[in-house]
Amino acid sequence: MSEATTVAEARAGGAGPSPLVRLRAARLAYGSRVLWDGLDLDVAPGEFLAVLGPNGSGKTSLMRVLLGLRPLTSGTVEIGGEPAHRGSRRIGYVPQQRAVDPTLAVRGRDLVGLGWDGHHWGLGLRGRRERRRRVDAALAAVGATRYANQPVGLLSGGEQQRLRVAQALVGDPDVLLCDEPLLSLDLAHQRVVSELVARRAREHGTAVLFVTHEINPVLPLVDRVLYLVNGRFRIGPPDEVMTSETLTELYGTPVQVVRVGDRIIVAGAENGGGQHHVQETP
Amino acid sequence: MTRFLDLSATLDLLGYDFVQHALLAAAVLGLVSGALAPLVVARQMSFAVHGTAELAFTGGAAALLLGWSVGAGALAGAVVAALLLGLLGQRDGERDSVIGVVLSFGLGLGVLLLWLYPGRAANKFSLLVGQIVGVDSTDLALLAGAALVVLVVLAVVYRPLLFSSVDPAVAVARGVPARALSPLFAVLVGVATALGVQTVGALLVLALMVTPGAAATRVTANPVLATVLAVVFAEVAAVGGILLSLAPGVPVSGFVTGISFLIYLACRGVAATRRRRVAAA
Ligand SMILES: Nc1ncnc2c1ncn2[C@@H]1O[C@H](COP(=O)(O)OP(=O)(O)OP(=O)(O)O)[C@@H](O)[C@H]1O
Ligand SMILES: [Mg+2]
Repeated sequence: MSEATTVAEARAGGAGPSPLVRLRAARLAYGSRVLWDGLDLDVAPGEFLAVLGPNGSGKTSLMRVLLGLRPLTSGTVEIGGEPAHRGSRRIGYVPQQRAVDPTLAVRGRDLVGLGWDGHHWGLGLRGRRERRRRVDAALAAVGATRYANQPVGLLSGGEQQRLRVAQALVGDPDVLLCDEPLLSLDLAHQRVVSELVARRAREHGTAVLFVTHEINPVLPLVDRVLYLVNGRFRIGPPDEVMTSETLTELYGTPVQVVRVGDRIIVAGAENGGGQHHVQETP
Repeated sequence: MTRFLDLSATLDLLGYDFVQHALLAAAVLGLVSGALAPLVVARQMSFAVHGTAELAFTGGAAALLLGWSVGAGALAGAVVAALLLGLLGQRDGERDSVIGVVLSFGLGLGVLLLWLYPGRAANKFSLLVGQIVGVDSTDLALLAGAALVVLVVLAVVYRPLLFSSVDPAVAVARGVPARALSPLFAVLVGVATALGVQTVGALLVLALMVTPGAAATRVTANPVLATVLAVVFAEVAAVGGILLSLAPGVPVSGFVTGISFLIYLACRGVAATRRRRVAAA
């Protein structure tokens, strides 16, 4: 399939290749606290979906549902036509986390290699050559070859994040889940990582769900936005969702979306979200 | 001082069965603990190893009192300890205190059991600081069997175990049963610890279960190479420690821990010079 049709079909919403991620009437609640309800979401092959929202709005929880680590309270979730289940080979995952323990004594290539076959039993001596080939390719794809043999703990946050992306991609997944992969990166590296992921979506038809608090590096790249706030949500192209009207409605308090050049600044959302939530990039 | 380097006395002693048993036991122990050590370090389980050793000591003391095989008693104690620690301390924050609680209780109980034991004092002491004459051929068979089981199980679970040790979040998402692997690894460590209690003693098991792993991971970040190095380090410490202790007739543990510590210092030195050279370049 060509990238143009994939993205066009994704934008048209539906009548294309069958979606890789499919949520229907999905509801997730912890006790009486509803994170989201009535969520219908299709993510098509090659589509880049940004998942936005204040702290505690249920973005990571959505990832966990897609990974099969947490059941929905009600509704259905499918990955590539099958109900989501733990350990799916079709999903690549970049978890939300801080930099790794600096004393951790594994090399970047080991981390990526574990993403390839770390869940298999045995020592894996027979698949060594294939593993090496895969790992080298994944490292090269994210430009991490140079520091692949250094201890992960000694690498910078940006280098570690690239390795994380390589680890998620080494198994050639259909769906890529990235939970705040831009955390602790400077602006230049935010761009690099975002573009890496966007290119993957374009060139391999990977469906990407990209959780982030940094809107601006991804805005030019995303096809649609899922914006979660306090149990409410909105799905649509950035131009429709990232407006003062839509966000004011979502947050239930006045929110200003200001465009400065090609950047967006969201102001006032901190009152409704209960948390600090001003997207501003230097 | 010459006694320390008395080669002929050492060669003489090597002819004795009990010495050969001790060397074999040490070799087995070095292999098993070296193989486990890098994972023990990665999972930050030093304190758990110490706690497990204390309960292996308790088990050994109970066996001594009841007239059973000390090896079997130590093994039972260590496995019970490993299961207890694995089940009670699932949450990371809790693990530390649970180990402290269980460890002190086990040690106290062990001391009480030893006090009740009417036999020779040397036997009592050996459980804590090691005594090579403590290994007879039944013990040796038990050691070798247990070691084989540990190594086979470790080979089977190695990759998922490494995965969940260094990268738990992704490992769980990938379907690695991390929650079952933790107690399983604790039991493997427990068995290896029990083997150590009989040679180097409960107080010094760390010298073989932790130090070689800490030394190896200082000089390499390659997990396979780290495991090989840790095995070599543990073998040198265990077997070398016994060989050195033969002629002077002093307890083995001083030599085993001493060699282990020297290797660790050397590895730190290597890592430091390497860093300096990188920084200079
Ligand atoms: N197992 C759980 N039991 C109860 N509540 C939970 C559980 N897991 C998450 N929550 C709650 O659900 C809410 C959403 O959590 P989640 O981690 O999905 O938020 P998030 O959108 O990823 O936030 P952040 O931007 O801070 O990462 C939080 O308020 C959290 O306390
Ligand atoms: Mg989150």
